[in-house]
Amino acid sequence: MSYLRPHRLEDALDWLAAESPLVMAGCTDIYPLHQTPSLDGPLLDITGLDELRGITAVEGWRRFGAATSWTDILRADLPAAYDGLKAAAREIGGVQIQASGTIGGNLCTASPAGDSIPCLMTLNAEIELASHRGVRRLPLNEFLTGPRQTACAPDELVTAVYVPSDAETGVGGFEKLGARRYLVISIAMTAARLSIADGRIGDAAISVGACAPVAVRLTELEAGLRGMACDMAGDFIRDSRSGIMAALSPIDDVRGTAGYRRDAAAEIVARLVERLCGEFG
Amino acid sequence: MDGLHDNNGRISFTVNGEAREVNCAPSMRLSEVLREALALRATKVGCNAGDCGACTVLLDGDPVCACLVPAGQVAGRAVETAESLAGEDRALSALQAAFLRHGAAQCGICTPGMMMAATALLRQDAAPDRQAVEDALGGVLCRCTGYARIIDAVMDAGRTVADSPAPAAGAAIGAAVERLDGRAKVDVSELFGADSWPEGARLVRAVRSPHYLADFSFGDLEGWAASRPHVDAVITAADIAGINRFGVIPPFADQPALAEGTARFRGEAVAIIVGDAEWLSGADLSDFPVAWLEREAAIEVAAARAAGAAQLHPGRDGNLLVTGRVLSGDGADGLAGAASTVKAAVETAYVEHAPIEPEAGAAWMEGDVLVISACTQAPVMDQEDTAKILGLPLEKVRIIPAAAGGGFGTKLDVSLQPLLGLAVLKTGKPCRMVFTRHESMISTTKRHPASMRGSLAADSDGRIVGMTFEGEFNTGAYASWGPTVATRVPIHASGPYRVPHYLAEAHAIHTSGPTAGAFRGFGVPQATILQEIMMDRLALDLGIDRLDIRRRNALLDGDRTVCGQQLHGVGIAECLDALAPAWEEAGPRIAAFNAEHSTVKRGLGVASCWYGCGNTALPNPSTVRLGITGDGRLILHQGATDIGQGSNTVITQICADALGMPLADFELVGPDTALTPDCGKTSASRQTFITGKAAELSGRRLRADILRLSNMSEEATIRLDGAAIVISDGSATRRIELAEMPADEFGYVLRAEESFDPPTVPLDENGQGTPYAVYGYGAQVAEIEVDLQLGTVKVIRITAAHDLGRVINPLLAAGQIEGGIAQGLGMALMEEYIPGRTENLHDYLIPSAGDMPVVDTIFIEKPDPVGPMGAKGLGEHVLIPTAPAILNAIRDASGAEIDQLPALPHRVLAAIKQAQGDNVS
Repeated sequence: MSYLRPHRLEDALDWLAAESPLVMAGCTDIYPLHQTPSLDGPLLDITGLDELRGITAVEGWRRFGAATSWTDILRADLPAAYDGLKAAAREIGGVQIQASGTIGGNLCTASPAGDSIPCLMTLNAEIELASHRGVRRLPLNEFLTGPRQTACAPDELVTAVYVPSDAETGVGGFEKLGARRYLVISIAMTAARLSIADGRIGDAAISVGACAPVAVRLTELEAGLRGMACDMAGDFIRDSRSGIMAALSPIDDVRGTAGYRRDAAAEIVARLVERLCGEFG
Repeated sequence: MDGLHDNNGRISFTVNGEAREVNCAPSMRLSEVLREALALRATKVGCNAGDCGACTVLLDGDPVCACLVPAGQVAGRAVETAESLAGEDRALSALQAAFLRHGAAQCGICTPGMMMAATALLRQDAAPDRQAVEDALGGVLCRCTGYARIIDAVMDAGRTVADSPAPAAGAAIGAAVERLDGRAKVDVSELFGADSWPEGARLVRAVRSPHYLADFSFGDLEGWAASRPHVDAVITAADIAGINRFGVIPPFADQPALAEGTARFRGEAVAIIVGDAEWLSGADLSDFPVAWLEREAAIEVAAARAAGAAQLHPGRDGNLLVTGRVLSGDGADGLAGAASTVKAAVETAYVEHAPIEPEAGAAWMEGDVLVISACTQAPVMDQEDTAKILGLPLEKVRIIPAAAGGGFGTKLDVSLQPLLGLAVLKTGKPCRMVFTRHESMISTTKRHPASMRGSLAADSDGRIVGMTFEGEFNTGAYASWGPTVATRVPIHASGPYRVPHYLAEAHAIHTSGPTAGAFRGFGVPQATILQEIMMDRLALDLGIDRLDIRRRNALLDGDRTVCGQQLHGVGIAECLDALAPAWEEAGPRIAAFNAEHSTVKRGLGVASCWYGCGNTALPNPSTVRLGITGDGRLILHQGATDIGQGSNTVITQICADALGMPLADFELVGPDTALTPDCGKTSASRQTFITGKAAELSGRRLRADILRLSNMSEEATIRLDGAAIVISDGSATRRIELAEMPADEFGYVLRAEESFDPPTVPLDENGQGTPYAVYGYGAQVAEIEVDLQLGTVKVIRITAAHDLGRVINPLLAAGQIEGGIAQGLGMALMEEYIPGRTENLHDYLIPSAGDMPVVDTIFIEKPDPVGPMGAKGLGEHVLIPTAPAILNAIRDASGAEIDQLPALPHRVLAAIKQAQGDNVS
């Protein structure tokens, strides 16, 4: 078994290309797949890379190092547009998981029920991938290619999540539906980011998770909400149920039926938008 | 290259302020490093997946699951474990003292994790509110307490409280004393099954069937083992010297310790491997030479009953294990012509016990005696089954139960005990074994899934005329407690009500699903759901208040049960009466709430329970030994296994008052099959009643002996004074000098040993007889809120009235009620074990710290003529009414009639739509 916890990104990338190691950071998804005391290698532990941890402003963007933990994000001073991401962070496991689990890890696991994903979709997040071949960035919806599938090539490392400044406007929110209060995999969840002024919705970004192979942005609904009076939004969304439900492609599983997920998703979207409109409208 | 480690590396970090260096794989879980390399075993491993939080430690001050942190990531950092909490000389910290004072630790397995999570919170916020505490503890699961006492303890941790005086002689019963074994649980010195093993112990791992039903054969086992230097032995059924059949009910014993040619459920052990712990714990066993021939398996009752289904056991045609039946009055004919007859049908799921401690233990030889120290609820049954399998005389097997990290029925059947025994006998070396969470979930027993239907009829005053009940209970691959469930259900399915005409049948059916066994209530919780749903339907049909109809039908002193047994000391009417204020107060308040809300609606539900304590019309004695040594020590040999429910404390309290000496004078010994007489199993709510009664008799006998020796009257007080007993009454004082008295074979100068076996009468072919000597009673009112659009249910408040006969310890009794309600809530709303799908603690959900309602407990004391000091059992009663009360409240709030448990949001929403459709049409 070999294990590398490098301090320089180039060492990590060289080793990634040479050995195809399993990449580990918060390890909250890796260890549960095993019941053994330790893991077989090769393993690349990226938590020693300083540039992969922390939140920084970069011209026109905010950069989240991929190994930034949910606790780091909860403790960070961020604009209200991130309130949804913070709310989602509080729902990712308990405080123990939040202290270990990372933003990049949640994206790389690419679970359809990954709680951060709808939030990052509403923030128009882009994913930075680095390899010895170079660095590229993909919009989140191109990075996520299916359930537990991403566009990350075998020799690539997710190094950061970027949020454009123009997506940092408005207020964010998150609603999760599960069968218990804590430590629960979502049956459905939704994130929204709304800019609200003078009782009207300006811009709107809304996403639904756990109801399709990959979380879905409800672009038609967003378009319909733009310019709408806040007190009309809830009814408008409920009237748009069939459109929302058509945008989703949920499955039956132990947590709920596909039909239920469609119903419930439309309802929690309406409630979330109503709540944000009520608080900020 | 910088940072590269090949194989093992030296990793330095601080643990509890002390610099430590370990040599281990950098991907080793921190939990393993702490427990194995550093022998810091307060950090418990419940799941190895971050689902239970039992391994919570602080890493640079933040709580993390140690099972998810690679050792490589802690280099240079500070780790704090629960061992750091106590002060010098193990003095309890304020948090630990609060846990003890509030009864926050029952079994104690989650306690270290809970306290570490709380420690992180309290450093940020010395006086947190309830919400903050729930958020902080939400990542740690507890299966015993229902969380309320843990939350209270954390909120109260800033307060220092003077020690309350220990109860005086004669005042132990009724005192809210802290549990006598509680200190070790909060100072984290308690040793559970995985926490202790002899130096050099070898590890045992099982090879288990991946199929529901499969024939199998082994390849070259010797060659496989010989090519692996770390393997000491591979053991299969061929190595078993005794009878490879165990079972909790000897006539039905059918389960092999290691399967012979056919594996009948997914997870059944077919072989064990004994070897070096470090190697074997991580070894890939996928090339173990076993070939499987999978067969078509029926894992549900209908398929198992169908023609052509595989027959799992000879002599059990149609996979029918046993049918239990009770017939009284005119049976089903008695329902004819009633003013109202209602029907219902309900299906329940497999429910997993999910003790936070997976099965674990160690075994070794002491001379020619095999010693097994493992988690268990039934040491003597372990001894008997293990000796039988190993072909050893009973006295050559000694069981010393480790502290059990939760049980709830699943640790009644042997699990790893015979496997450990086989490993020790074969290798001659001490051995240890720890089940993984997955292994625990797939291989141990479950609550029976039930498919039930019935009818209930009453006259126009709502007085029950008759009832029918029929249910199939999926008992899985082996008999386990299936016969008990099939027998108990028809006896109890009437509820604690007068039912003149009655026919109830329960069938235990084998399938290739997980073996269903004992789980808190032995099928009665399932049957009660059906019965109490029908009670509500009857009330609604007749226009009678739902609490009132139960009160009108409640069994009273002198009434006869459906088994024809005349009852005395019946407290159900008192329980229902005690709920009336809460019921009446809630009605108008809920109506007002519902008038103002359209999306969420609140509802109220009530359900009753009764439950016979002890075995069903079968002997189940307990024997308690009490002795005084020549140097004045008072020693109680207490063989009842305390799995967190509190028998160590309660039984001692009973004994203390019977003897008339202070609780603080007692030293406890056991349980240990070499040191304690048989107190039977911790099941059937029998320990307070039966072992408590034996303790009472022993105490009274020893007191009588002392009074006779001193020629003093019944009214005299007795106390220890060094190596003497001082006996006083108003006029005289006498001394018995103990040192001058001869010691007996046990080393006691004075000794009493008494047994108690509850008087019962066997049931005839119609289930008529006296199945139990004592019953306990209870009723609960649930107030819930249903979201009509999402189908989610929030339980707001449960008012629980339970008749304990005599409350021995109100602190522990309240903890039992809250914990039982948590399990009942889980059964009602979220718990559904699906083989192959929910074999972990993130897909199988048990209630978390944020799911519990406010619980108001009302104790009723209607003394039982037989029970010790009037006491009745409690442990199982407490969860029986919870699920039906919640389901009735869901219906009250939303109209939703739930006919399949658990009431997951999608099922509730579908039922709401169904009800709305019914109303429209």
